[in-house]
Amino acid sequence: MTLWEVDIFTAPGQRDLAMEEIAGETDDLAPGSAATVSTAHGYLIQGTLARDEVEQLARELLSDTVVERTVVGELGEEHLNRLSGDDGQLVHVLLKPGVMDPVAESALQAMQDFKFDVDSVRTLRKYWFENADQEFIEQLCSQVLANDSIEQVVVGPLDLDQLDLGASYEFELQKVLLRELDDDQLEQLSQQGQLYLTLVEMQTIQSFFQQLGRDPTDVELETLAQTWSEHCSHKTLAGRIAYRDENGERHFENMLKETIFAATQEIRKALGEQDWCVSVFEDNAGIVRFDENYNVVFKVETHNHPSALEPYGGANTGIGGVIRDPLGTGLGAKPVCNTDVFCFAPPDTPMDELPPGVLHPRRVMKGVVSGVRDYGNRMGIPTVNGALYFDPRYLGNPLVYCGNVGIIPCEKSSKQTSPGDWVVTIGGRTGRDGIHGATFSSAELTSESETISGGAVQIGNAITEKMLMDVLLEARDRGLYSAVTDCGAGGFSSAVGEMGEHLGVEVDLEKAPLKYKGLSYTEIWISEAQERMVFSVPEQHWQEFYQLCHSEGVEATIIGRFVDSGRLVLRYEGQEVADLDMQFLHDGRPPVVREAFYEVPEVTPFQDDQLEGDAGQWLTSILGSLNVASKEWVIRQYDHEVQGGSVLKPLVGVNNDGPGDAAVVRPILSSRRGLVVSCGMNPYYGDLDTYHMAASAIDEALRNCVAVGANPDQIAILDNFCWGYTDRAETLGTLVRAALACYDMAVAMQTPFISGKDSLNNEFSYQDQDGDRQTISIPSTLLISALGQVDDVARCVTMDLKQAGNIVYQVGRTHDELGGSHLGLVTGCSGGHVPQVDPGISLATFRAIHQAICQGLIRSCHDLSEGGLAVAAAEMAFAGGLGIRMDIGALSEEVGERAALFAESNSRFLCEVAPPQVAAFEQAFEGLALTRVGEVVDDGQLSIEVAGRPLLLRSLDELKEAWQQPLRW
Amino acid sequence: MAKPRVLVLRAPGTNCDQETAFAFELAGGCAERVHINRLLEQPDIVEQFEILCVPGGFSYGDDVAAGRILASQIRRHLWQTMADFKQAGKLILGICNGFQVLIKSGILLDEEQDQAAPATLTWNDSGRYEDRWVHLSADDSTCIFLRGIEQLYLPVAHAEGKFVPSSEEHLAQLATAGQLALRYKNPNGSGNGDVDFPANPNGSVDNVAGVCDSTGRVLGLMPHPERHIDPTHHPRWTREGLEPEGAGLAIFRNAIDFFS
Repeated sequence: MTLWEVDIFTAPGQRDLAMEEIAGETDDLAPGSAATVSTAHGYLIQGTLARDEVEQLARELLSDTVVERTVVGELGEEHLNRLSGDDGQLVHVLLKPGVMDPVAESALQAMQDFKFDVDSVRTLRKYWFENADQEFIEQLCSQVLANDSIEQVVVGPLDLDQLDLGASYEFELQKVLLRELDDDQLEQLSQQGQLYLTLVEMQTIQSFFQQLGRDPTDVELETLAQTWSEHCSHKTLAGRIAYRDENGERHFENMLKETIFAATQEIRKALGEQDWCVSVFEDNAGIVRFDENYNVVFKVETHNHPSALEPYGGANTGIGGVIRDPLGTGLGAKPVCNTDVFCFAPPDTPMDELPPGVLHPRRVMKGVVSGVRDYGNRMGIPTVNGALYFDPRYLGNPLVYCGNVGIIPCEKSSKQTSPGDWVVTIGGRTGRDGIHGATFSSAELTSESETISGGAVQIGNAITEKMLMDVLLEARDRGLYSAVTDCGAGGFSSAVGEMGEHLGVEVDLEKAPLKYKGLSYTEIWISEAQERMVFSVPEQHWQEFYQLCHSEGVEATIIGRFVDSGRLVLRYEGQEVADLDMQFLHDGRPPVVREAFYEVPEVTPFQDDQLEGDAGQWLTSILGSLNVASKEWVIRQYDHEVQGGSVLKPLVGVNNDGPGDAAVVRPILSSRRGLVVSCGMNPYYGDLDTYHMAASAIDEALRNCVAVGANPDQIAILDNFCWGYTDRAETLGTLVRAALACYDMAVAMQTPFISGKDSLNNEFSYQDQDGDRQTISIPSTLLISALGQVDDVARCVTMDLKQAGNIVYQVGRTHDELGGSHLGLVTGCSGGHVPQVDPGISLATFRAIHQAICQGLIRSCHDLSEGGLAVAAAEMAFAGGLGIRMDIGALSEEVGERAALFAESNSRFLCEVAPPQVAAFEQAFEGLALTRVGEVVDDGQLSIEVAGRPLLLRSLDELKEAWQQPLRW
Repeated sequence: MAKPRVLVLRAPGTNCDQETAFAFELAGGCAERVHINRLLEQPDIVEQFEILCVPGGFSYGDDVAAGRILASQIRRHLWQTMADFKQAGKLILGICNGFQVLIKSGILLDEEQDQAAPATLTWNDSGRYEDRWVHLSADDSTCIFLRGIEQLYLPVAHAEGKFVPSSEEHLAQLATAGQLALRYKNPNGSGNGDVDFPANPNGSVDNVAGVCDSTGRVLGLMPHPERHIDPTHHPRWTREGLEPEGAGLAIFRNAIDFFS
């Protein structure tokens, strides 16, 4: 057996893109440095191979002879370490052993197809530095070339004997002597074992086992910790909360049930026979009706903590995980589009302002975008919607929301496991990856998180999941299984535990296919290795199910059986390692009781004493602010047209680069019916009042949907709360207040929540230079995602201006609401009233817009959000390549010029109407606020006057450049 | 007459197979999606088909390089099958990843004795995956798929689509033989001369977007014709109005009509 290395270099005369990229980063790190870097990537190949066989692989498989050259050698041969002449310092970067390496896995299979005796492959990257001192190399390695949590850096020649992983495992039953521990010891056990259970929970478990007269095994304790984790049970929000605010006290037995779920129940009841919800807050995703044959499912998740440590892998597995939610809903929905929303600190944050243990936000952003791109694109699911928000408070704790919409035949929308069904796992193998991910996501991040929780960080393998999806949908249509769920946080423990919750289940853990030897029975049970799903397969279908999987190269394995026992029984090689009562496991958790209060902050007027400049400058600044600026750099990296159903793309207009309000897809290619996906989020408003923040986010999500043509009476929404440390009563108070707004808005607008998720304790703690503990809490961040529908996609409307001579109207009323506005953000002015929502007016406005769109009265429509009227007008103009001449006299009479232009009042739109449609259009808005503000002109300018007095005049080129420049990476 | 039968080949990671099959059906064909494993087990099933299409996606994750592993499988196990299929006067179409597979397997361009490829598709000059619409001009070539087509407007969506010939001589030979069938062009210009990013989205030499073999019956192209078959696929249909059909449909119809 020999260890070979094949290095691949760019051929002379070809561009070395890896080197160019690093050169750019080096310039950022040490401007003017004379350091140069040469690069190669390569493969370590272990097997019984002759040199000419390796050379054949290098030539025919591993390299492209037109643009690359190769160097082959046995590991240790000197020529592998040299480039030419005096090469400077050599550095290797390798994935740590056991980290998913998809390229190596595929390469191994391809090499075996050559009938060569290869047993293991790893990939590596090599760098040669010239004119660089040691300190610079170290800095570059840690900040640019490698990430400690998944990669290792080897300076100098590589010294490796073999690639094999894992040692054999000797079974030994581990008992945890829990019954004798005092409270301090219980807490210590919870901390050190990374169980993250509270003392009361530990005491409950202790007394349960005291009554049984035995101590728990390690796997029993882990199973309880995982099932009771915040991530899996949402114990805070679904728990008892004593809440008080300016309206008095309110006691919740189950806060989520009494607010968000309750709203949906009331709406469904009111709809009666017309109820179009199918399954809400039950399955892995919410389900609503689409047409007579299909339902549509929607889920959004977060993957914040893993993304903070390893942005690429965190986002990668975030999107991979949420795709498995629709796949694991009912009997499996086909994913039809993705939505991704990220929150970062500003990418221009100075390097020396980073607290210890924090990756630079620019690196986080690039990593997250690539992670979503590489997974979503490989899955063949168009990413059609998204948003980016920036705030310095996301520095140590970025937010990564990933969502997926799927389509499912109506009759496949529910599942039922039966006793006697096999427990079957398919897809990826189980390894040590991701152990303690569920409990880790419930803990607060610290600067040491990377060292403690490194195992919770993973890389995904999209192709494994794509293969799994292909066979799942085929097996579903053939009716080969009775239930399916995804293996996400908590691994088998969570998936099998949930499927067997109302029955009972017996699992033989040694049957689970492993990536490498050496896993203990507990590690197998709680591993969160990616790309796995669990099925219940009736005995009579097993052969066909297995054959189908096998025929497409997907591993399928029986690991146990569902039984009618009410118990969770785990065995390893025949020996029982766990026997838990299902009822205690799922219902035994002591209720969490928390205090929450909300103090209404005093409202101060918009502080404009410091305000400098004029409306034109403010508009340009807002267009160039990161939240508003063009996201084209991100959007183009996502395949937004795969599956062939694209109707409205995320970028629209005369040059395909204007900011669309919402994307539209046709999930069924032979049908004209469309799905609309949009979102709303306003973290700045949360600093003023989380009630109005939540209401505004809902209004914004619906507005975006309605603006392109969705029917406001059939929009389903999702809530995703990302909050700080909710053990603090005032932090929990802001969340409860937001949930109350969700209830009020949903009921008033008849818009049901169908699913949701929360991520709490999003804070980052570190020790500053003086040794004091500092904590950064994220702003309270509620993402509302909306899923709308259109009967005929040919009726859809985009936001780009269409034709000179058309009339421009503002729909909706502007209020003196500059609180939390982008005008305040770019000018540094604080104070002002936060935008509020009148749901009655809002719904009436949405219905009127929809009516007008259905009648073909609107040529373009854009919602008014960040930056208000001025930004909406500018965006419509440069997207359409046409100017607007506007007079805001009528609006400014009511609220003043500044608010008229920049207030972010809700439920407003800007509409372009062709002259022949003016009368019908005005009629459609009778009784609602409608203001004729101007007309479309062909002079390439945005001009705004107030009752004839010039206020703002800017060329579209200038405005567009301001908007495109900041994130043109 | 029976509808021409189309084999849409899929491998692990192929992801445009369904809409590509739909496009062939819309054009009047009868399309069947077939897994590569079935073809490897029983290569002669291709005899039941008139058209073979390798659609877009990320076959085997594009691990190692885009299309490389599937290309290697075809070269090692299906070489003769493909040669016979071509020999029988049938059609082969490779779209995006399928183009990468065809060019890297040697099916598309004749290789010299040492298997040295005359050209390849490699990383975009931008160094990243991008989805954008491009204007294309079709050379007046013998290519069956492009009959009657002068211009096209289609989306590209790839990371490794830069066409690079192995030498100036190879490029000249392909040009002379009319095999450089599709080129990126400026919105109002032609495919000759300078076409800068983003009109040439990846830095392809001589703006080459699609290549056909010497018979005109095998075509590989980076843009996705199956993503522009419906009028609402066009990125500006809300301003320019709905066309009768998407421009990409013509490619599929040409293939089907060849057998009608």
